[in-house]
Amino acid sequence: MYHRLSLIAQALAVGLAAIGIALAPGYLEIFTLMQVTLFAAMAVLSLSLAFIWGYGGILSFGQTAFFGLGGYTYAIAAINFQDSTYGILLAIFIPGLFAAILGYFVFYGRISDVYLGVITLTVTLILFNVINSTSGDEYHIGTAMLGGFNGIPAVPTFNMPFDPASPLSPEASWWTTGSMLLIVYLGLRLLLASPFGRVVVAVRENEVRASLLGYDPRMIRLITFIIGGAVAGLAGALYVNWGAFVGPTIFSLSLSAEIIIWITIGGLGTLLGPVLGCFLIQYIVASIGSQQTFNSNLVLGAVLIIFVLLLPKGLVPTIRDLALWLLAAKPGTGRSVKAELNAASGNPHPVGAP
Amino acid sequence: MDIYLILLLDVINGMASLFLLSLGLAIIFGMMKIINLAHGEFIMLGAYATVISTNAGVNIWIAMLLIAPLFVGLVGLLIERCLIRFLYGRLVDSMLATWGLSLLIIGIVTTIFGNTIQGVPTPLGGFSIGNYRSSYYTLFLLAMALVMIAIVYGVMRHTRLGLIARATMQNPAMANTLGINPARVYMGTFAAGAAVTGLAGGLLAPVSGITPVMGGAYVAKAFITVVGGGAAMLSGTLSASTLFGSLNQIGAYFTTPVYGEVIVFTAAIILIRLLPQGISGRFLKGNL
Repeated sequence: MYHRLSLIAQALAVGLAAIGIALAPGYLEIFTLMQVTLFAAMAVLSLSLAFIWGYGGILSFGQTAFFGLGGYTYAIAAINFQDSTYGILLAIFIPGLFAAILGYFVFYGRISDVYLGVITLTVTLILFNVINSTSGDEYHIGTAMLGGFNGIPAVPTFNMPFDPASPLSPEASWWTTGSMLLIVYLGLRLLLASPFGRVVVAVRENEVRASLLGYDPRMIRLITFIIGGAVAGLAGALYVNWGAFVGPTIFSLSLSAEIIIWITIGGLGTLLGPVLGCFLIQYIVASIGSQQTFNSNLVLGAVLIIFVLLLPKGLVPTIRDLALWLLAAKPGTGRSVKAELNAASGNPHPVGAP
Repeated sequence: MDIYLILLLDVINGMASLFLLSLGLAIIFGMMKIINLAHGEFIMLGAYATVISTNAGVNIWIAMLLIAPLFVGLVGLLIERCLIRFLYGRLVDSMLATWGLSLLIIGIVTTIFGNTIQGVPTPLGGFSIGNYRSSYYTLFLLAMALVMIAIVYGVMRHTRLGLIARATMQNPAMANTLGINPARVYMGTFAAGAAVTGLAGGLLAPVSGITPVMGGAYVAKAFITVVGGGAAMLSGTLSASTLFGSLNQIGAYFTTPVYGEVIVFTAAIILIRLLPQGISGRFLKGNL
C-alpha cells in the first residue's frame, strides 16, 4: 500500500518536473533562464559524484577531471566537426574511457579511502597543469587551438542533431539541459533499483561480504566509477554549451570542493539532495557575487563546517526523517509506515536509527 | 659544470622546501589520522604573519622564526578546540570540515587584506658560481630542514613528551589507563603541527608571492608527500620529500616547471599504486 503510494508520488513529481522544465521559458526572463541552465548543468555534475560517493562509497576529490575532460572533448570535437552531435557523444565516451583506465589502476590495486582521494586530486592537478601550458600555435587538435590559460573561446553551441545549420535557441538549450538532468536522475534511479544497483550499495556497505557472495567488488567499483565519469563528462558538455567557452579553471580544485559541498549539504546517499544542494549553493554564490566585504569563500566555508558538525546527514535526509518522525508520532499508523518504508526503499540507514 | 652545481642547489632547495611544507601535515596525520585540508591556509597564515610583522618593523628573523609559528600554533589550538576535537575517528568528515575551514580562512584573509600580492625581500643576499648566481637563502632553508629533523627526532625519541606522544599514537586506550589524557595529547599535537606549518609559511614568505589563495599551490604537494611517505612522520616525510623534491627540480630542469610538477604527480600515483602503505610502510617499518 505504502509502496504503491510512494511510486505514484514519485511519478507525479517526475511529471511535474517535466512540465516545469517545458514551461519555464514562458515565465522566466532570459537572464534567469540562462542562470538556471547553468545550475542544471552543474546539477548533472553533482549527480555524478552523488552516485559514486553516495552509493558506491568512492570519494573522488577530482570529479572535475572528468567534467573538464568532457568539456574539452566537446569543445574540440564541436570545432573540428562543426556539428555538436558527435561532440556530445564523445564528451560522454572519452571521460568514461579515462575513468576506466584510471579506475582499473586504482580499484584493481585495491587502493581505498584517503589514497583514492589523493590520486583523483593529483590527476585533476596534472590535467590542469598540462592544459594550462598549452598556449601557443603548436598545441592544437585538428583545427581547435587549445589556448593554454586562455582556454578555447567561441565554441559552437548545441545544434539540432546532425543539422549544424540550426543551432539551438537559449530556450531549446534550456530544454536540452533540463531534460538531460531529468534523464540522468531517472536513469540513476532506475539503475539503483536494478540488481546491479543493489550490488553497488552492497559493496559500499561491506566489501568482504559482497565478495563472499560471489561479486567482484573491484569490477563493481570500476563500473560505478565509469558511469560517474561518463555522467560528469556529459555535464562538462552541457556546461561548455552554456558558456560557449572552456578554460583550464574547469579543472580547478575549488570546483571539486564545491561539488562535495553541494552533496554534503543536500544529503549524501540521496540523488535529490545533491541536485537541491547544487541549486541552493549556486544561487547563494551567484547572489553574493564577487563583492569584497561578504566573500563567497567565507560563506561556503562556514556553511560546510556548520553542516559537517551539526547536520552531517544533509538537508534531504534530515527533512525526510523529520517528516517520518511526525508521521510516526500519530498514534496507531506510525510504526507500520516506518517499517514498510524501510522494507520498501531498501534504505541502508534504517529510518529512525540514530 | 657550474650549471650542475646550480642544479644540485635547486634540487636541495626543492627537497628542503617540500620537507618543511609537509612536516606539519605529517605530524597531524601520523598522530591522529586527520587529514588537514586547511594545511595550505596554515602556510598562508604563517606567511602573512611574517609579512605583516616585518612591515610593522619587526626584525625579519624574529618574524619568521618566532612570530609565524607562535601565531599559527595558537590558531591551530583554537581550531582544535572548536572544530577538530569533534571529528577524531571520522576521517571523511574531518576532511570535509577542514576543507570548509580552508575556504573560511581564505575568505577571512581576503576580506581583511584584499586579493593582492604581498611580499618581503629575501634576506642574506647571494653568491655566484661561475656565470650563475644563487642565494644564500637556499642554504639557509636546507639548514632549517636539518634543524627541524633534529628537533622532531630529539623531542620524539628523547623526551618524556615524545614518549607520551608516541604511546598515545600507538594505543590511546592503553595510554589513557596509564593516566594520560589522549584528548590533551591530540590538542598539543595539533597545535604543534600547526606551529611547524606556520614556520614553513614564514620561511617560504621571502621566496613566494603571498596571496590569500597561495595555500592551494602547496596543499596538494604536501598531501601527496605525506601519503607517499606513509605513517612514519619523520622518515616517511623525509624519504618522500627527497624523492618528489628532486624529481620536481630535475624534471623542471630538463623540461619546463609545469612538466616538473606533472612528473611529480605522476610519480606519486605510481608510488601509491605500488606501495599503498607509503614508502615508510614498506621499507622503514618501525622508524619514527
